[in-house]
Amino acid sequence: MSSIDTIARRNERAVFGRGRALIARQLRRAPRQFALGGIATLLFAAMTVVSSLVIGWVTDGVLIPAVEAGEVASATLAGAGALVLGVATLRGIGITGRRLGAYAAQYRLQARDRIDVTNRYLELPIEWHRRHPTGQLLSNVNEDVEAASFVAAPLPMAFGVLVMLLITAVLLVITDPFLALIGFAVGPAIMVVNVFYQRRMRAVAASAQRLRAQVAEIAHESFDAALVVKTLGREDIEVGRFGASSDALRDRMVEVGRLRAVFDPLMEALPNIGILAVLAVGAWRVDAGILTVGTLITFAYLFRLVALPMRVFGWLLGELPRSVVGLERVESVLHQRGRVAYGRVQPVHAGGASAAATGVGYLYPETSRADLSYADAAVDQTEESDERRGIESITLGVQPGKTVALVGPTGSGKSTFAHLLARLFDPDRGQISLDGHGLIDLDRDILAGSVSLVFQETFLFDDTVYNNITLGGDYDEVAVTDAARLAQAHEFIADLPEGYHTLVGERGASLSGGQRQRIALARALIRRPRLLVLDDATSSVDPAVEGLILAGLETLDTTVVIVAHRRSSIVPADEVIFIEGGRVTGRGTHAELYRSLPAYGALIDAYERQEAV
Amino acid sequence: MTAATDTGRPAGAAATVRRGLGLSPELRRGLPGTILLALVATAGRVIVPIAVQQIIDGGFVEGGVDMGFVIRMTAIALCAVAITAGATGAMHLRLARVAETALSGLRIRAFRHIHDLSMLHQASEQRGVLVARVTSDVDQISRFMQWAGLMLIVNGGQALLALVVMMVYSLPLAAVVVVLVPIIVFTIRWFQTRLEVAFLTVRQKVGRMLALLAEVVVGAPVIRAYGIEDRVRARLATVIEDHRSSAVRAGSLSATFSGVGELLSALVVTAVLIVGTIMAVNGSTTVGTVVAFLFLVQLFVQPVQIMGEAVNEAQTAVAGWRRVLDVLDIPPDVADPGPNGADLPHHPLEAEFSEVSFRYPRPGEPAATPSGALALQGVSVSIAANTRVAVVGETGSGKTTFAKLLTRLMDASQGTVSIGGIDVRTVRFDSLRDRVVMVPQEGMLFAGSIADNVRMGRPEAKDGELQEAFERLGLTSWLNELAAGLDTPVGERGSALSVGERQLVTLVRAAIADPDLLVLDEATSAVDPATEVRISGALHRLTAGRTVVTIAHRLSTAEDADRVLVFDQGRLVQDGSHRRLVAEEGAYARLFESWQRGTSH
Repeated sequence: MSSIDTIARRNERAVFGRGRALIARQLRRAPRQFALGGIATLLFAAMTVVSSLVIGWVTDGVLIPAVEAGEVASATLAGAGALVLGVATLRGIGITGRRLGAYAAQYRLQARDRIDVTNRYLELPIEWHRRHPTGQLLSNVNEDVEAASFVAAPLPMAFGVLVMLLITAVLLVITDPFLALIGFAVGPAIMVVNVFYQRRMRAVAASAQRLRAQVAEIAHESFDAALVVKTLGREDIEVGRFGASSDALRDRMVEVGRLRAVFDPLMEALPNIGILAVLAVGAWRVDAGILTVGTLITFAYLFRLVALPMRVFGWLLGELPRSVVGLERVESVLHQRGRVAYGRVQPVHAGGASAAATGVGYLYPETSRADLSYADAAVDQTEESDERRGIESITLGVQPGKTVALVGPTGSGKSTFAHLLARLFDPDRGQISLDGHGLIDLDRDILAGSVSLVFQETFLFDDTVYNNITLGGDYDEVAVTDAARLAQAHEFIADLPEGYHTLVGERGASLSGGQRQRIALARALIRRPRLLVLDDATSSVDPAVEGLILAGLETLDTTVVIVAHRRSSIVPADEVIFIEGGRVTGRGTHAELYRSLPAYGALIDAYERQEAV
Repeated sequence: MTAATDTGRPAGAAATVRRGLGLSPELRRGLPGTILLALVATAGRVIVPIAVQQIIDGGFVEGGVDMGFVIRMTAIALCAVAITAGATGAMHLRLARVAETALSGLRIRAFRHIHDLSMLHQASEQRGVLVARVTSDVDQISRFMQWAGLMLIVNGGQALLALVVMMVYSLPLAAVVVVLVPIIVFTIRWFQTRLEVAFLTVRQKVGRMLALLAEVVVGAPVIRAYGIEDRVRARLATVIEDHRSSAVRAGSLSATFSGVGELLSALVVTAVLIVGTIMAVNGSTTVGTVVAFLFLVQLFVQPVQIMGEAVNEAQTAVAGWRRVLDVLDIPPDVADPGPNGADLPHHPLEAEFSEVSFRYPRPGEPAATPSGALALQGVSVSIAANTRVAVVGETGSGKTTFAKLLTRLMDASQGTVSIGGIDVRTVRFDSLRDRVVMVPQEGMLFAGSIADNVRMGRPEAKDGELQEAFERLGLTSWLNELAAGLDTPVGERGSALSVGERQLVTLVRAAIADPDLLVLDEATSAVDPATEVRISGALHRLTAGRTVVTIAHRLSTAEDADRVLVFDQGRLVQDGSHRRLVAEEGAYARLFESWQRGTSH
């Protein structure tokens, strides 16, 4: 939130030029809604002026003659009443239509952009996802989309007020140049004060917003580390830290109050001064026989009706920079051209798959800050483990139905290789194939159905356990419980309050790490993959339970590639592949490698020292 | 008006406000002055209609215009407008100062209070919810104070004043307006109840949409790996469309409301016009009065409409206030005995559990009277000073609960925990936190430098002492490898360091605190072997010469310990040295066996 304002301010000048392009784009994307708003606002503008004319006309044509004549025809009176009501009805319809059009346009724009952006997210390569911080992607599809649509809300009103001002100006000039002079003095004054205020206010509000985010961040950090705060008795220091930030926010909010203390009275006084000037000057013009009392009242009334809506310009100009930045960010996603291309090969195979890698090389792209507008955003540079470093050259083959353990020090590339096997991204060099077919040639559904990758970091959807296992696929209850049994998850799931239909809470918060990993494993197993890739997927599971899981996998007709740390999960593998620095430096059974490869032995011994009880 | 402001608030709103004002007496300070300013500011709003009436009735004399009178009246009105503007400005300023000062105080108090609640409470409530208590809930009150609350006062006053002026001008005409008020109020209420429902629906849809959007971003690799893009796309389309249509539905209701409001005020204007003309013909009122009424009606009807919205905001603000107050109402269940409390003795500390049981509260239950399952039952054990104890057991066996009770992060449901022969509940927090330190499993760091984080152990420690602590733990070489040594930034929550490095920093932090009783929650995450060597070296040096209780996840730790406590389902089932327990039939031997099976070459 805060950075969008910073940038919006920084580019304010350039932004106004682009504002037109933004408005044009949004008008094109919700044409019917804006048309409704536009037509209704014309009605509103016209009827606002007419209602003032009617008041003046009634004064001159009904009220004053009646008093002078000492009598009034009921038909005249009824006609006047009907006129006032009729005009008000039309004005009311105009107001309703104008606001309805604005709402409909705004939310249509949001919905369209959200769908377009998420479609890009679903198509863009995972590498692209990795290059962008989660927070940025979330704000693209949420705040940025909203910001880009904000311009829709004041647009019809602004158009209406513009029309209203034009009509008023023409009327003033036709009626009396002296009254027109007042209008041309007060109108622009209101406009200038508005724009000035909006700019100042936006700057202060943006900084208040930043401070608000800071207060929240400190609270988050502090509550997250409550254990440290408590055990080190740091409560007072934390309160001091939080207090300083809270007081800074207070000062800024008082500043907001100070701005309003200047602006609000001014905005109230200006139209009143205008009306009083109209009265004084008008009285003189009535005296000169140029105006009637009714005309005078018409303009006094009109000033009142037109002054308040003029705030809309301040609002529109205030929103525009934000909207422009929001749209730029949205478009930076929409214009990303990358997309994973799937092949059409649909081979029919059953049982464990054979997998092969020939001369596979892969280097992670540098964490790029291609999007300059995010230069402020902190990019998490230090992802743990072997990300970013990639693979030099790996050639290997895995026989159908075998279990292969990938072992290697941190940063060796084993996890990267696991991801490549599931085609989460494509190698820079070389080829990976499944049963002799290149991964990139395979049909998407065939690929997803044949290879299941279970991640080290478990991701659970905010849904039931059941749906987290099926992921919406067409599986019956027996299949789900079978998969859960294999993953050693059935028992604890059955013990949950609602069994398989328990909601897992936001990102699986209510489950332990090991339980979440086991649900993720069941999710892979229910697909009966022909190649199962476990990327350190049981690291939080008790070793004893892990043993049961591995034993269960043995019974399946599946090829298993497992990235592992624990000796207990390495030893039973048919083959161990030792990877160092992105290359395979040893192959064989555990016993062979332990004997012949000192680096391997040292690593296993180091792991063993940290083995869990 | 009173009908519009008083009805519709949930019961207890007044009680909440009273309670809130009691806690933030600053809010009351200078209130009479602010109200006075508000009255002046409000009075200014009827200046223009009065001037219109005066000029029309008094200025337009038979056969011409009395310009002298017109100018006098205009000048007076201009002065009044200026005074009103000044009063309005001063009111804004006062209100902002008073309200924001009070709210910052409330925010800080709530923050402190949440830290004073036991770990137990912080765990049972979601952290995000607690953060909301000190952020968005307080912001809601602030927004109300600066915007809606003001509107409520000023518009209420304006409507009232307009009514008074109308009554002074002409009682019968004022009566015409008053008769129509119930229709207006009824219509507003009708719309409001529906608007509330409609906007509540929108908020729910927003929540669902945001949750799904977050999943699409965070879960991108899973979605890709399992090829479920089409299903996700379909769900997204539904959720986004749900949000759009509910928002447009609420919007169209609100738009209709605006249109109807316009019609209502025209209804009043028409009634005044007809009755006023008849009265003017009869000579019972003047033309100026009728015209002034046309302006006064606007001044009267507008606030009635605006106040509807303000009342809604008031409800939200009161609800936020109540949530903040509710948090403040939770008594800290682990209370600091304060300055009268005992101090821990200045010698190596022993610890004793006697017949200790512990229950967790069920969700939503006060921590003081828990009824959840027993996490620990009837544990009695004494730990001699300067011994190294490893606590072992499966997940859920009670070993973490044991550590939390030992460090008084929670209090036992039954039985007593004592350190150095003193019941921990009677020990001053300052003394307890000084002598007993717990090192949590995940290296919890704060954004800042390494020095900042280490210094948390002892705020007054100088850089030289920090260096020494690194030296003592054998970590100088690691420190020197870092780009900026002690000043190396650790990133948000330590994200610039690896998991293992974060642990190193927390160990140095414990070393600089120099406790007599050290409670370690051992880390489980795998770290690279080089860091692992450093960690175990540092641990070895850190634990020397102290009483150490380690929640052990590694067998090697248990092997090295003087004594092993084995927990199973909340009970202490075995107690003895590693060597003895391995020989015994039981849980520990089974654990050891399964470990050995995995590691045999």
